[in-house]
Amino acid sequence: MEKYVYIALFAPLVGSLFAAIFGASPKKLFVGIVTSGLLFVSWLASITLLMNVHGEHTIHVKMMDWIAAGGFDLDFGFMADQVSIIMMVTVTTVSTLVHVYSIGYMDHDKGFNRYFSYLSAFVFSMMILVMSDNFLGLFIGWEGVGVCSWLLIGHWYFKEDVSTDVNPAISPSYAANEAFVMNRIADLGMLIGIFMIYWHLGSLNYDVVFANIGTLSGGTITAIGIFLFIGAMGKSAQFPLHTWLANAMEGPTPVSALIHAATMVTAGVYLVIRSNEIYMLIPNVGYFIACLGAFVAVFAASMALVNMELKRIIAYSTLSQLGYMFVAAGLGAYWIALFHLMAHAFFKSVLFLGAGNVMHAMDDERYINKMGGLGKSMPWTMGIMTVASTALAGIWPLAGFFSKDKILETAFAEHNYILWVMLWMGAGMTAYYSFRLIMMVFFGKKNYGAEKHPHEAYTFVIIAMLPLAVLAVIAGFFEHSFMHYVTQVLPEYHPHVSTGTFIFLLVVTLGIALSGIALAIIKFSKGNFDDFFRKIGVHKVLSNQYFIPQFYADKIVKPYGALSRLAWKIDMKIVDATVDMIAGVIYKTGDKARWMQSGNLSNNLRWMVFGLVILLLLAVIYRPGM
Amino acid sequence: MITLTHYLVLSAILFVIGLVGVIRRKNLLMLFFSTEILLNAVNIGFVAIGNFYADLTGQMFAFFIIAVAASEVAVGLGLLVFWYKKEGSIDLDTLQRMKG
Repeated sequence: MEKYVYIALFAPLVGSLFAAIFGASPKKLFVGIVTSGLLFVSWLASITLLMNVHGEHTIHVKMMDWIAAGGFDLDFGFMADQVSIIMMVTVTTVSTLVHVYSIGYMDHDKGFNRYFSYLSAFVFSMMILVMSDNFLGLFIGWEGVGVCSWLLIGHWYFKEDVSTDVNPAISPSYAANEAFVMNRIADLGMLIGIFMIYWHLGSLNYDVVFANIGTLSGGTITAIGIFLFIGAMGKSAQFPLHTWLANAMEGPTPVSALIHAATMVTAGVYLVIRSNEIYMLIPNVGYFIACLGAFVAVFAASMALVNMELKRIIAYSTLSQLGYMFVAAGLGAYWIALFHLMAHAFFKSVLFLGAGNVMHAMDDERYINKMGGLGKSMPWTMGIMTVASTALAGIWPLAGFFSKDKILETAFAEHNYILWVMLWMGAGMTAYYSFRLIMMVFFGKKNYGAEKHPHEAYTFVIIAMLPLAVLAVIAGFFEHSFMHYVTQVLPEYHPHVSTGTFIFLLVVTLGIALSGIALAIIKFSKGNFDDFFRKIGVHKVLSNQYFIPQFYADKIVKPYGALSRLAWKIDMKIVDATVDMIAGVIYKTGDKARWMQSGNLSNNLRWMVFGLVILLLLAVIYRPGM
Repeated sequence: MITLTHYLVLSAILFVIGLVGVIRRKNLLMLFFSTEILLNAVNIGFVAIGNFYADLTGQMFAFFIIAVAASEVAVGLGLLVFWYKKEGSIDLDTLQRMKG
């Protein structure tokens, strides 16, 4: 079995290196095919592991001694337990299909080979993240996905940074840097958490840490939990570190689908799930996580209500769904969080891929109010996106219904009625904005000029999307087998509600989702409904993302910039000046002494004698030991 | 009675003569002579001190220096002759090809 672990882990790396060989050369189709093929191999290995690992028979491999310094001893080890395997299967499934999709999407891109190299490198990093058996390996993967995310958001780095009057969005290179810096802040928190674990427990291996975590004092565990969660907040873009995710949509759309919807942003949730033995000891922190999650679920969904950018709407939706996952994880329903993570990966990635088709068909148009009536020319994309949106909205019998409903049920069963109401409202908003998007893009009248000729994407692109769409439909039915599988390592959790309450919750949740959909369909088939938000005066706040990016720019970035400039001046005046002075003195001395080198041998001999005399004098004057 | 001091004084006087020759003379041939004087001044010092300590090492080293000096002069004179044929002069001031 061990070899499957290695195959699953290293096949993407091989693909990445292979593509990197051709990084600077023009597009080569086989690069895309080879990397996709290797990803498929990785997927097969993951599936094999899924079939064969159960019960106590988790796989633990030690690749090599990694760090052995003093009392610090760490192996470069990997493990495949049920949680890792679920993540591996999710990651490889989505990324294989996204790779295939990208062959079509990046068809005319100059950086085709480079793109595939980065994309495979991302998958490799993600696999390290989920398969590592210690916190440091997880951190390596964590940083690896961060770097690949940076590279891929900035894939079109050559696009000019234009002022916001011309383009309200920002340039890819700026977005990439923003994502990177934002994650750096959070990673510092995570690093502190890891240091604390090592400081107090002397090990970073999951097994050792979780076995001994109970021996620490409550305060220490709380601090560890909080610092680790700060890391999770950055990666999973939770408030207040959420602004980078929407801007990350400047990258190519398949990247958004793979990294900023299905896999990387869920790493934070994975971290909390993986560290469940820590968080179970500190229910207060867990409760805070749940509250923050619920807040983000509503907060992000509200921004999606009025946004006009196709991908941003979906990005906010991702944020909101991550909030749902954190609610479940925070309340101790780890397997439910993981279940929603998996289901969400399927329907959200296919939603993004559909958005990519639409934008491609519309010559990279990003505003949904300049689309409309595309359903006729792109029936397949419309069908797939509608299915994915329905799943996202949580309508029976699609995947989102099972996973999201379980989270709401958990909130209710834990008697956190406020959380439940927030999530319930979030569900309504989700349904509304999803179908607002569908209506504005695929139905209604055409809002684009005659120069655009929307067309359906390549057939193989549609075929690559179909498995994800199918999974978005059927994933919910695996709920019970999924639960039995992952609760072999995760704590079991069953929301305890009576049958009557259960049915009541079901009806109420489905009711608000359906009414959200109905509202969107009815209002947008008659025309635009966004004026309603203008009338109640929230449109401006929502479309400006609660003025948070502006606030960050004015209150944090500007003062920090001023401080940096001040520090720069001090540096120039003191540090640089000192170094320059030393160099200047040496340079001037040399310049002044140049006449000595007259080239005349006789002169040289005299200097030699002069030097000899000085040395002799020194030898006479300075005699150690006398 | 000739003591070690006498030898060393002789050695020093010869060395200074050689040194002055190295500094003052412009003729390459004279420079070689001066160098030989320098080397032999050192040889006297070596031999004298070797004898004083009853240690043969000093005398052995003097032989080494004589051998090295001989080969040095052989090579040097060869170059000198070559230079004279080429330039028609063995004045030191004409040897200025590497002025910085």
